[in-house]
Amino acid sequence: MSKVTYREAVRSALREALESDPRVFLMGEDVGKYGGSYACSKGFLDEFGPERIRDTPLSEGAFVGAGIGAAIGGMRPIVEIMTVNFSLLALDQIVNNAATLRHMSGGQISVPLVVRMATGGGRQLAAQHSHSLEGWYAHIPGIKVVAPATVTDARYMLGLALREPDPVFIFEHALLYPMEGQLGDAADLEHAAIRRAGNDVTLVTYGGSLHRSLEAAEVLASRDVDVEVVDLRSLRPIDAPTILESVANTHRAVIVDEGWRTGSLAAEISAQIMEGAFYELDAPVARVCSLEVPMPYARHLEDAALPNVERIVSAVEQLVAQHG
Amino acid sequence: MNASSASHPDREHALTILHQMLLIRRFEEKSAELYSLGKIRGFLHLYIGEEAVAVGAIPALSRDDSLVSTYREHGHALIRGMPAGAVMAEMFGKVNGCSRGRGGSMHLFDVSRRFFGGNAIVAGGLPLAVGLALADKLQGRQRVTACLFGDGAVAEGAFHESLNLAALWQLPVLFLCENNLYAMGTRIERYQSRPEIYPKAAGYGISADCVDGMDVLAVQQTAAAAVDFVRSNSRPFLLEAKTYRFRAHSMYDAELYRSKSEVEEWKQRDPINAFLAQARTKRLVNDDDIKSIDSRVATEVAEAVAFAEAGEWEPIQDVTKDVYTRFDGPTNASTVAAQTHPQVPV
Repeated sequence: MSKVTYREAVRSALREALESDPRVFLMGEDVGKYGGSYACSKGFLDEFGPERIRDTPLSEGAFVGAGIGAAIGGMRPIVEIMTVNFSLLALDQIVNNAATLRHMSGGQISVPLVVRMATGGGRQLAAQHSHSLEGWYAHIPGIKVVAPATVTDARYMLGLALREPDPVFIFEHALLYPMEGQLGDAADLEHAAIRRAGNDVTLVTYGGSLHRSLEAAEVLASRDVDVEVVDLRSLRPIDAPTILESVANTHRAVIVDEGWRTGSLAAEISAQIMEGAFYELDAPVARVCSLEVPMPYARHLEDAALPNVERIVSAVEQLVAQHG
Repeated sequence: MNASSASHPDREHALTILHQMLLIRRFEEKSAELYSLGKIRGFLHLYIGEEAVAVGAIPALSRDDSLVSTYREHGHALIRGMPAGAVMAEMFGKVNGCSRGRGGSMHLFDVSRRFFGGNAIVAGGLPLAVGLALADKLQGRQRVTACLFGDGAVAEGAFHESLNLAALWQLPVLFLCENNLYAMGTRIERYQSRPEIYPKAAGYGISADCVDGMDVLAVQQTAAAAVDFVRSNSRPFLLEAKTYRFRAHSMYDAELYRSKSEVEEWKQRDPINAFLAQARTKRLVNDDDIKSIDSRVATEVAEAVAFAEAGEWEPIQDVTKDVYTRFDGPTNASTVAAQTHPQVPV
């Protein structure tokens, strides 16, 4: 196994996709000459040419919609939306077209579209550039939503997404691109993964929060709390059996989700645990989410607003202390 | 169809035009009636008054070309050749409808005829059309994608973004604007700083034209030229057809925003009557022809209704089918089974 960065993993995935299928093309803002705002497609314009590496105008609605149309027309577009924040400008195309066309047409149309975007806060980019809205997307039937949190998932989920006949949205946490990790050889688009085995408490998380959760688990291990960390990987559909199995073993669950608490993925998972493992629980399900505030700019305020290691440790310790 | 045969139709062609315009008119009159009877529910947007646009423009496309339409698309669908029965059954919500009862009046689809749907978000279809054309270009096909939309769409960002992208990437899209002067209840002068639509294309370097949408022969001629332009240059074109809807926006509209006299004035220019008068003057059609077309259309509409009536309801167990391509069966079988089978909606 070799060590690579998350960015390199995304790059390899993109290159493999472009090399292996002539129907695949990449389009989005600054994916070409600029090389991708996170440098994921640097050099690709020279390598694959302007037909397949398409710089777009700042027209998220039009180029996401064009991706949908091109997918219907027989291509396999990978649309890069620079960040989730700008995806709001494409919501109509995503929610009203990508997600509905198959059902609304009585099964006549499939939309084999892959949309990638960076998500998340933590870089002092303030309220308009720090959203974690993947939970919103996970609300919508008709699309699939995944959040690769490891280099292996970043490397292999894209290829799997391109094999799906329906739209797949890939959320890459912006803090992960420089992260190094051991590259495995396969991923999975539907099943959650146990990233750390443990017996006392289940931490359910995904994306950027996985690494904070693993860090918190190490801190807790030094205090004799044995934490199991479940990485959702797929946010729609959610792999409930893996979560419930873990909870059946630990009897306690804390959900770590960078989205806001109200109406969050964390709320959904909490409900699923209540529905599926109520009698296994020794304590109420706890949640560590972003504070309910537009993301502040100042470093200390942003740190406080995000689900940081300290807050995760404290939530687990409270749960164990009160319901040990 | 070349331009000269469009402007000087022969007898057979005149009969076809009359038949197509009357089919839309009678089909929709029947739809309104069935709406009052509760057979059709939801939103029903009638095209009556605008028939000359569909009948003039859509036959200019070849079978291999693509269409993206709006929620006022019964006429577009019929002229594209979709069976009237499948369209009516769709409005009934039956499984033999063109979208298996999943779409209703606003979401007619027939991929076999490359009819990619009624889109019910104003301007929502434009980016889709750009993408279809991009796929054609990347795969070396000579298709034209025709994108129909109303004047209201021109105020949406998607209109401008789509025109820009189609021009920037030189994509073969015919943007066909059916300007009926109203975005629901707001007249164009009240929502556009510059109410002329086709000159806006110039800002994107797109060629454009405007045609009297109440004159089927004029539409035919202009649309044929526009389709030719798009196909031979592989570039977009904007065609504005000035038209008028005689009926309310939808069945819920009390029409407080326009006067009866305005509607009456436009009705004087009824595209069917106008064409009929022309065809009679040129002795292309006679009374017997008209009788025979009337009776043929009446039969077609009656058969469409019968087809819809005879259709089955999709089993509730299949309600979540086609959300994704893979269908793992009903997710909550006990809940679904506990529900009663739907009766005819009242």
